[in-house]
Amino acid sequence: MSEPTSHDPPDLVLIAAVLRGEIARFEPIVARYSPRIFATARRYARLESEVEDIVQEVWSKAYEKLGTFRGDAPFEHWLMRLAVRTCYDFLRGHQRNRERNFTDLSEREDDWLERFVADPSSSDDADAARQLIQRLLEMLSPPARLIIQLLEIEERSVKEIAQLTGWSVPLVKVRAFRARAEMKKCLARLAREKYL
Amino acid sequence: MNLDTLQNKLISAARRLPSDERVPLAFEKRVMAHLTSAPRAGELQWWGRALWYGAGACAAVALAMSVWSFVPADSADGLSDQLEQTVLASANEAADIW
Repeated sequence: MSEPTSHDPPDLVLIAAVLRGEIARFEPIVARYSPRIFATARRYARLESEVEDIVQEVWSKAYEKLGTFRGDAPFEHWLMRLAVRTCYDFLRGHQRNRERNFTDLSEREDDWLERFVADPSSSDDADAARQLIQRLLEMLSPPARLIIQLLEIEERSVKEIAQLTGWSVPLVKVRAFRARAEMKKCLARLAREKYL
Repeated sequence: MNLDTLQNKLISAARRLPSDERVPLAFEKRVMAHLTSAPRAGELQWWGRALWYGAGACAAVALAMSVWSFVPADSADGLSDQLEQTVLASANEAADIW
């Protein structure tokens, strides 16, 4: 992400100008935070066109709701909440990949699994492992995928996830429990399809 | 196959994946072009929503009026008679005593 330098106006100054009607002052904000939003969107969408649509949507919402930003927390936190919620909406609207199965694993993924079965401590070919986890994530329901991404992969706390998603802490805990169970079910299916 | 170990291995592989922060060239220009053309669309959307709400309210009033028009007229009279009798009951009793 391009960190603001001492010459760049602070977020609050730019936001105040945008709210006064100087729309052009929104551009430096977009340039400053787009890398972070692209990184977030790429965790949930595979196609680059979908990623761009998500980021575009985040900026449209940010612009529309800019008046609700109170400034008592960093703008980046407010924006990331918006980004995560937009990604979740995207997941709910694009559930077509959930019906995928494990019969079409690539050769590398197959090899990785064979090696894992032979020696669970082996850890080579991280790319194949990442392809496999991506496949698993795509099979999860939207809430389960979001929770696994935030809780297990990004290692965020339950409280942080509650703030990012707008869910209550107990709801995050319940969804985390269900997400782990769903993940386990997918892995059991993988084991069944490949090795039974 | 140990599923817990497999899950841990896959999750740790995903954790090691560096975040991809690439931004397409001049993306901010595209966003700004979209935003500057958006107010007109937003205005139309506001009008569309307002008209739908108006149509909903009108339909509700029309439905209430038609239901009311089907209520038999004498039941309303009956209610007003009962109210009158109740209010004047004590006065009638007093008149009987006299």
